[in-house]
Amino acid sequence: MIEVRFHGRGGQGAVTSAELVAQAAIKQNLYAQAFPSFGPERRGAPVQAYLRVSPTPIKLRSKVYHPDAVVILDATLLKTINPAEGIKDDAVIVINSNKDEEELIKLFPKLRIAYVDASKIAKEELGVSITNTTMIGALVKATNITELESLEGPVRERFGILAQRNINAYTRAFKETKVINP
Amino acid sequence: MKKGVEVSVAAALAVQLARAEVISAYPITPQTHIVEYLSELVANGELEAVYINVESEHSAMSACCGAAAAGARTFTSSSAQGLELMHEMLYVVSGLRLPVVMTTVNRALSSPLSIWGDHADVMAARDTGWIMLFCENGQEVVDSLIMAYRIGEDRRVLLPVMVNVDGFSLSHVIEPIEFPSQEEVDRFLPPYQPLFSLHPDRPVTMGAYGMPEIYSEAKYAQETAIINSKDIVKEVFDDFANRFGRRYNLVETYNTEDADFVFVALGSIGENIKSAIEELKKEGKKAGLVQLRLYRPFPWKELIDVLKDKKRIAVTERAAPGGALNGPLYTEIATLLYNNGISTKMENYILGLGGRDVMPETFIDIYKGVAREVSEVPTKEKNFMFIGVRG
Repeated sequence: MIEVRFHGRGGQGAVTSAELVAQAAIKQNLYAQAFPSFGPERRGAPVQAYLRVSPTPIKLRSKVYHPDAVVILDATLLKTINPAEGIKDDAVIVINSNKDEEELIKLFPKLRIAYVDASKIAKEELGVSITNTTMIGALVKATNITELESLEGPVRERFGILAQRNINAYTRAFKETKVINP
Repeated sequence: MKKGVEVSVAAALAVQLARAEVISAYPITPQTHIVEYLSELVANGELEAVYINVESEHSAMSACCGAAAAGARTFTSSSAQGLELMHEMLYVVSGLRLPVVMTTVNRALSSPLSIWGDHADVMAARDTGWIMLFCENGQEVVDSLIMAYRIGEDRRVLLPVMVNVDGFSLSHVIEPIEFPSQEEVDRFLPPYQPLFSLHPDRPVTMGAYGMPEIYSEAKYAQETAIINSKDIVKEVFDDFANRFGRRYNLVETYNTEDADFVFVALGSIGENIKSAIEELKKEGKKAGLVQLRLYRPFPWKELIDVLKDKKRIAVTERAAPGGALNGPLYTEIATLLYNNGISTKMENYILGLGGRDVMPETFIDIYKGVAREVSEVPTKEKNFMFIGVRG
């Protein structure tokens, strides 16, 4: 079972990210679960969303405390939260960042880091810097949690005429994501 | 083919499959996506129903009451404070023998103000004369809702049915769910044929005075109906299994056969308990889980069958006793065992209140007898244990 914790801000679509990946995994006949951090929703405040994907039925209804992967949609969150809290030793940090490798290694020493400038991609592909769908490409690159192709159906269902732009965004992010191994 | 759907949306789709004709709800906190999505289905013409937006939950249940009396298949949904506001009407509907179906998305009651999950709301409504089902996952929510109409509308029953869905840990989760086709559901659930209905051409009185000469008889009849409904619930579960391949039991058991120790629980927390049981198995320890799918009428015979040989029973509850000797589920099971001359060691654990996460580790601790309250606030003469209270 792969457990993922998404960090974003209210309105950035972290929950949608988790949901889309879960739907893609379910399309592949895997078991999956996605849910928000339960609470009043406030735009701009730090929020979390959770995702589990497993080849066998998932018998767990708790938040993800020890993730295998953490997705950070918005790097400004690092000022207020510690996204590495509780992560497994071999976890991967998937971050939207335009920083260079050295700076990222300093932030997350001894961890696997997958990074991409998702804000830039989102701005260019979608016209807005909402990175939730873009960052799915980075997550898939870092974890193989689902196949990129399985995402297309759920994304088309969710975004209608805007779907293609989102597909372009995560496909590009998948290509541009770089992985630093510790 | 399973679809990844939020359980609340899945519940709405089940109500659509059941062809509900009148839906009434109050659309603000504590409400869920269930009625929000149903209002969309109705507005888009995808569900041929009347959607009545009302000004309170009391009115939502009142509207369902009136519509059901007029012969319509009805649905509403609420949670927490909303269910409390409906409380008066819950009795009216069951007393009038109207097969309204509702989901209660179980959430904590204020105060303190909370929107998170526990069972305080349904425990306050448990003796209102409604048939009550609990669900562990989204598939069970969909299936239970479809079955709820068949059960409630059966002429041998004619009672309202409440499908309990754990708030957030179930209601807000996207998970794989299989939906039966409309044709299959139509064959399983024919249109509602009321025994009596309000119609200007055929005047009847419903909800008339029950003078002291008749009130007891009416209540006796109602009580008989809900007690006897257990057989019909079982019949509907069996028919559902034959048609759809998913078998449900009044009391669900997991790993109970050779375990001397069992947990008793309601709802989705059962999954975390199952994970704990699997962990214990790895250590060579045997624990089982007993879940009441049917909570009202209380499936006492089925419970006795599974509990009678156990050495230790840990009843977990997501509601505070409020000054009672124990939590409500414990109290009822203790009565059951006493009446059957069984004096098994029983423990009562109050946990998972107001959305507090209860991890499998906690259930392992309970099994090992090392689960503790941390709080140093002394409480005298307490028969239950509050789990996870910080110091």
